[in-house]
Amino acid sequence: MSTTSDTSVPETTIKAPADLPTITIERTFASAPSQVFRAFVEPELFSRWIGPHSVEARVDHWDARTGGSWSYAAWRDGERIAGFYGSFHEIRPEERLVQTFTYDGAPDGVSLDTTTFTPLPDGTRLTTVSVVESLELRNLILGSGMDTGVREGYAKLDVLLQAQ
Amino acid sequence: MAYDELSRVFAALADPTRRGVVARLATGDATVGELASPYGMTVQAVSKHLKVLEDAGLVSRTGDSHRRPCHLEANVFDLMTGWIERYRREAEARFARLDGVLVDLDALDNPRRTPGHSTRPHSTATKTTNSQEEKRS
Repeated sequence: MSTTSDTSVPETTIKAPADLPTITIERTFASAPSQVFRAFVEPELFSRWIGPHSVEARVDHWDARTGGSWSYAAWRDGERIAGFYGSFHEIRPEERLVQTFTYDGAPDGVSLDTTTFTPLPDGTRLTTVSVVESLELRNLILGSGMDTGVREGYAKLDVLLQAQ
Repeated sequence: MAYDELSRVFAALADPTRRGVVARLATGDATVGELASPYGMTVQAVSKHLKVLEDAGLVSRTGDSHRRPCHLEANVFDLMTGWIERYRREAEARFARLDGVLVDLDALDNPRRTPGHSTRPHSTATKTTNSQEEKRS
């Protein structure tokens, strides 16, 4: 299963095959692979975009080299709401990044994320393939956004109500 | 669809036999007996799996008789499409923020160019691992 679009605007595509525990995300960027790569391995850049919008990402540990490790937490209103950690399995500058990813609320689950930075004439194609151990976990990851989406929906409602 | 319903669907599809049943029903309705035969399972064992699928809203049966056909609810596929689309929108929001970071980076490297204007990116010699080590030392 996948969703795609024919617009020329850079658009994220997701592939989640019915019979494989993988998620593939693809998107193009108007910057060179060197710049996109920096945004993945420099913590002060990474924390600016990883999001989601309603939370602040605070990097606790970051050793961006092959065999190194990383961890960061999502904070909202001074409260730590989720933590994530993993290793940098391989860093091949400007080309390829292989990481593990675990949500600390589900420490038995681990995703192996391989990100490739492919040069294009006017930018970079970013592809991340995530592999987990079962279709169940893959589907849980796909469904995990429900929670955030609902909370952000309530937050927007709060703002709307306060404005009245 | 409520999160509890989604959880039931995830749990129902977590079992390989039930996924096989869903895959079979995607090709057309079938009786319990027809569903049992490829697995060498008893009708009773398959009925238990069907009950889980029914409770999750994935499968419907018109009656209790084992001869009544089981039917796959088409909205299962809408559901998966919905999950993926939501996940996609979140990834897109994340990457839109990344676009903003990249515009800033390109502007720093290319101060005469207008930020946000799409330019042929140039390669930088910066090796991030080195710059990280410099920051730490």
